[in-house]
Amino acid sequence: MMPAMTVEPILRAKGVNKSFGALKVLFDVDFHVMPGEAVGVVGPNGAGKTTLFGALAGSFPVSSGAIQLGGRDLSGTSAAERCRLGLARTHQVPKPFLGMTVFENVHVAARAGAGMDQTRATAEAADILRRTGLMPLANRPAAALGLLDRKRLEVARALATQPNVILLDEIGGGLTEAELVALVDLIRSLQADGLTVVWIEHILHALLRVVTRLVCMAEGRVLAQGDPRDVMAHPEVQRAYLGSSPE
Amino acid sequence: MTPAQTLPMAASDRRLLVLVGIVLLALVTLPWLGSALIVDKLIYLFILVMFAVMWNLLAGYAGLVSVGQQAFIGLGGYALVRLVEAGLPPFPTIFLAAALTGVVAWALSWFMLRMKAGEFAVATWVIAETIRSIVMFDPIVQGETGTSLLALNAYDPDLRRMVLYLLSLGSMVVMVGGTWVLLQRRIGAESQAIRDDEDAAASIGISTFQVKQRIYIIASVGCALAGALWLASAITFQPRTSFGVQWSVFMLFMVLVGGIGTFIGPILGALLFFALQEIFGDFGAWYLAGIGIVAILFALYLPRGLVGLWLDRGRDEPLSLRKRLRLRE
Repeated sequence: MMPAMTVEPILRAKGVNKSFGALKVLFDVDFHVMPGEAVGVVGPNGAGKTTLFGALAGSFPVSSGAIQLGGRDLSGTSAAERCRLGLARTHQVPKPFLGMTVFENVHVAARAGAGMDQTRATAEAADILRRTGLMPLANRPAAALGLLDRKRLEVARALATQPNVILLDEIGGGLTEAELVALVDLIRSLQADGLTVVWIEHILHALLRVVTRLVCMAEGRVLAQGDPRDVMAHPEVQRAYLGSSPE
Repeated sequence: MTPAQTLPMAASDRRLLVLVGIVLLALVTLPWLGSALIVDKLIYLFILVMFAVMWNLLAGYAGLVSVGQQAFIGLGGYALVRLVEAGLPPFPTIFLAAALTGVVAWALSWFMLRMKAGEFAVATWVIAETIRSIVMFDPIVQGETGTSLLALNAYDPDLRRMVLYLLSLGSMVVMVGGTWVLLQRRIGAESQAIRDDEDAAASIGISTFQVKQRIYIIASVGCALAGALWLASAITFQPRTSFGVQWSVFMLFMVLVGGIGTFIGPILGALLFFALQEIFGDFGAWYLAGIGIVAILFALYLPRGLVGLWLDRGRDEPLSLRKRLRLRE
């Protein structure tokens, strides 16, 4: 593996706040990811994890605060530009292009996100379909896929854009134990190729096989971050997960 | 290991393209052989094909469902009338009129494309009606009365018909061929991604606004060109006809009955619509009833349109642009 050439975080959120109308969803979120690192994001439902991803990926503007990718301030950059700068995401509820085949879904991502020509995009898409286990379904309409294959397609399509950082949003839910092992192996191999991974996941045992650092969120705030064991042992994290008694 | 490849064009499609080439060659020679009536009817057919292909590009491929393309059909005709009135030669000005309409489409696109789905559809109609009203204020249009492209009467009718026929045929070939090329380029795949899910399209690096804007302008210029050609064949410019919503109804019918979101669907739809107009055209109001019955029958029994004849059997329709990966494993 390449030695880290820089100590600067590749992705950073600084004091990010987000409100949708009167509803405040993120409160002063500070969070960073080092190049090549794998970071897990956990927290109860409604903690703001997916909203954080949306803010990072540029699905909507943040209310205040800054997001940086490779030291570059991303305010004012669209979701599409962020993707082309190397920040890819998957969607919690898969959003396949239903009028296209599985292969076409991945192919268009390689062309648009990575700027590849037809021939290179075809080779790249085939390679990714093989790695993600979707090859046998390559020429199926995406509309014919079940939920699990749609989640796989989310990952494949994000990978085709040739990201430096990938944001994975609950891709493990509903998988069998054997499928989880395959997923963990896939993410580890991507990380070994130099990809930085940020992964929201409820299935902790799978997550902890990949990530070296954990961020725990609750009610729009970062409760704790750092070594996974320390984070899980943190009293506030315990309370957020197990429920708090009235104070 | 050889790199991954997509499947080449099917042999049946290559044969079909040869056949199309032969038909086109025959069509080029037709005005020297066919009667004036047939030439006039074919001009109308070519214009229908252009309308259908452009609306399919807009709605079927980019998801921009418009019921207001008559704005550009009318503007193409109006620009032609205006420019010829100003002394420009009629035939080359047909293309200039289409280009100028493209500038209007570009200006409109900045706010039209901020709207989504239903909003967009309604807004396209509102814009079309607004433009018609403005055009009716032009003194030479004389409100409802309209005006005529009198400069064309200076030409010998047979020569005029022949030139218009060849211009229409050429425009159709360029428009259909251009659409074929466009859809295989990156923008073709990108527009389909936007149609299917705009957020997901943005998340894989597609500049959704720019892609929609290009398609919108291309489809508008295409409609304006076909609209200007139609006006040159009809001679009389009446705002209620040129800007009439019936054009949108025709386009919808042709594309849905042929097969939306496929390359060949709208062409088949235009041929069918043309045939229906020929069959029912002499029966007055029954003509509309006939068209309606056909639309209902399609909705019930062949909802994917004529291309459903292939798709329902699990096959690709002729000249499908679907990219299929060659699977060797």
